[in-house]
Amino acid sequence: MNAVEMKGITKRFPGIVANDRVNLTVKQGEIHALLGENGAGKSTLMNILFGLYQPDEGEIFIREKKTEITGPNIAGELGIGMVHQHFMLVDPFTVTENIILGSEPTQNGMIDQRKAEKEVQAISDRYGLKVDPRAKIRDISVGMQQRVEILKTLYRGADILIFDEPTAVLAPKEIDELIVIMENLVKEGKTIIFITHKLKEIMRICDAVTIIRQGKFIGRVDVADTDESRLASMMVGRDVSFTVDKKPAQPKETVLSIRNLRVKNSRGVDAVRGLDMEIKAGEIVGLAGVDGNGQSELIEAITGLKSAHKGEIVLNGKAITNLKPKAITHRGVGHIPEDRHRRGLVLDFSIGENMVLQTFDQKPFAKGWTLQYPQIFKHAKRLIKEFDVRTPDIHTPARALSGGNQQKGIIAREVDRDPDFLIAAQPTRGLDVGAIEGIHRRLIEQRDKGKAILLMSLELEEVWQLADRIAVIYEGKIAGWVDPATTTEEEIGLLMAGGQVGTEVSS
Amino acid sequence: MQVLSKINKQSSIFTSLVSVFLGLLVGGVMMILAGYNPIQAYIALFQSAFLQPFDIGETIRTITPLILTGLAVGLAFRTGLFNIGVEGQFIIGQLAAVIVALKLDLPPVIHAIVAVIAGALGGALWAFLPGYLKAKRGVHEVITTIMLNFIALYLSNLTVREWLTDGADKTKEIPESASLHWNMLSQLFDSSRVHFGIFIAIVAAFFMYYLLWKTTTGYQLRAVGYNPHASEYAGMNVSRNIVLSMMISGVFAGLAGASELLGTAGYQAIQASYTGIGFDGIAVSLLGGNSPLGIVLSASLFGILTYGGSNMEYVAAVPREVIRVVFAAIIFFVAANIVRWVAQRRKKKVIDKGGEGK
Repeated sequence: MNAVEMKGITKRFPGIVANDRVNLTVKQGEIHALLGENGAGKSTLMNILFGLYQPDEGEIFIREKKTEITGPNIAGELGIGMVHQHFMLVDPFTVTENIILGSEPTQNGMIDQRKAEKEVQAISDRYGLKVDPRAKIRDISVGMQQRVEILKTLYRGADILIFDEPTAVLAPKEIDELIVIMENLVKEGKTIIFITHKLKEIMRICDAVTIIRQGKFIGRVDVADTDESRLASMMVGRDVSFTVDKKPAQPKETVLSIRNLRVKNSRGVDAVRGLDMEIKAGEIVGLAGVDGNGQSELIEAITGLKSAHKGEIVLNGKAITNLKPKAITHRGVGHIPEDRHRRGLVLDFSIGENMVLQTFDQKPFAKGWTLQYPQIFKHAKRLIKEFDVRTPDIHTPARALSGGNQQKGIIAREVDRDPDFLIAAQPTRGLDVGAIEGIHRRLIEQRDKGKAILLMSLELEEVWQLADRIAVIYEGKIAGWVDPATTTEEEIGLLMAGGQVGTEVSS
Repeated sequence: MQVLSKINKQSSIFTSLVSVFLGLLVGGVMMILAGYNPIQAYIALFQSAFLQPFDIGETIRTITPLILTGLAVGLAFRTGLFNIGVEGQFIIGQLAAVIVALKLDLPPVIHAIVAVIAGALGGALWAFLPGYLKAKRGVHEVITTIMLNFIALYLSNLTVREWLTDGADKTKEIPESASLHWNMLSQLFDSSRVHFGIFIAIVAAFFMYYLLWKTTTGYQLRAVGYNPHASEYAGMNVSRNIVLSMMISGVFAGLAGASELLGTAGYQAIQASYTGIGFDGIAVSLLGGNSPLGIVLSASLFGILTYGGSNMEYVAAVPREVIRVVFAAIIFFVAANIVRWVAQRRKKKVIDKGGEGK
């Protein structure tokens, strides 16, 4: 039996067709992946299924019965539940309070807390969620909070569950646990629609995949009959290479050297504790490590956003320790920041204005006190063309661009300033394979031009593919250097966890 | 449908116009409920604002400070700050201007210029404090500016009573040399009190436009307002820009105070409570979409309503408080963005119907 069948769904928004005759067939009891790049129309399709949008054309069948889902309430009655990517939880409330919110069991006009707790506990036990019904949301981990979201849908009697990019916020171990939970759910007869652009996860747990690209239905395939690279090319519309093509690095003179650096974090505790590092022209140094081991503080200290209270940072033979960000930028440091919305862009500025965020007061973009908009826009147009930033025009607010295009814009700006030293912090976070490939190529290209590059990424694989040398950071110190060509996952894993490894590769 | 959604996306002017209309409507309903004839009252209002040259002059005079306080609020808004202290900066502007006017003995024109500059600097100083506290200590400017409003009010009263006079309720008239009164202009409008301040206000509006959208300073001010973290990353001095933004806002407020004092009142009196001109700036800026042109237009509307409203009381015997209700209703409709709300509801209905048809 088909749990869900959506036929020829079309949804238009002013200016775009978000869904163009999309079909989705999900069988009862399967884990069905909905695969597509950012902006392909996955969320629109799911919002239609969840009743938040009404389709302009097309039909929806739930359990083989034609239905009209005019609102989330109707979706709820039909047993459709959504586990949102951004949790909708009240932090100071307990797990149980959050779950019953909106459908509280009452007795004589009072909330029957005990009964609710029992019910929550029962559901949790049944699916192996291991959630404490009395814990407060703010005291539990992100992974647990997600389980509360799952529990919420189950409590309301959902048996078709939509998971909206559930693994994006999780650590590797939590992902493993989530997969077990999803398997339990299916075992108990639930049906799962899994929105994602991570191919590995699809191959691992899903039964079938529906692929959409630019709002169009591309195909439905059984996972057993396909592989990662075929899925990737269906998603992107061309062949995607997973391996990064690169020649061996030809490192030259030292560009950046850091000696005995100590930096405090926002709570005043040393996050970088006596770190040493050297980066040469023409090489990419990968900084691997578990999140929160001082990576962010290190980068903020190099770029002048945080002050170092000990040690020295030397760029091209001159100390830049604790200079103002502007001075450091002018001496030749480019920075693709970790959080592109917080640091990288002024989202309410046009993409054109964002292209001169550091250089707006320099010639030719300003003459004395006045901005030279013709020059600024000419410059922006060139960058947008050269770096293939997809935007209707340069006057479009940066906010309206997709994540990948925002990132391309930032990279265009940083690379074009022609810095000697480029920091790329999590440059592909949240992007899809097509965009990742392009960004990786850019970084290699910069390396081959003779730039020194520091690549910080929490994705070990990314560091591995791109870096010429890998520095593993642990508790604010470089725990060891490894050669990506010869190292093993065990070796890096051990260093990341604070273990000691004999080999040191320092060229 | 497309047209409507386009309008509500692009045009806050449309929102403003509809809000004004609805605001007047609410005022009309009030009048009917209270037993007055709204049509007669509104005719009286607009007639008395425009009918005679004298009235036109007086209307312009009423508009003048509203433009300046509107710009003060608007500039701060554009740079991510909510300056509720325009009222206080306005009072300090008045005080600084009256002190220079009474205590210094300068030749005509120069005396007026120095007094106006003093008013602007007074406003800037009063805005510097909350700006500095926000930039360095993270204190929210809404709190500090509200507090500084009270301090300004009582500081002004104290100064008038203890220093500028011998315990009197108001200061002497300012000397002719410091006045913004301009005979030629005044005579043009049948000896009304319209004064040179209107030109200051118009220049200030142009200045705000030029500053924010044409200069490197404006680029930074806007960037810091939208996203201080990205501005810091890009090498801008976030603290300095916050302080600068507040000070420019304070300059506008101070100019409003100085021009009111030197052009209209001619003396500073002890005040039991605020004049409200600074607070009206918030309404003006909101209705004008925080843009210089919009602010000039909405200040004009509020000025017409205020001046016409006071005459309406004599002509149609409708109490002028009704006009304050109209003000409040307009702002209510702007803030609630009633146009968008209606557009969305209509859109939803159309879709629902479309769904049923299939």
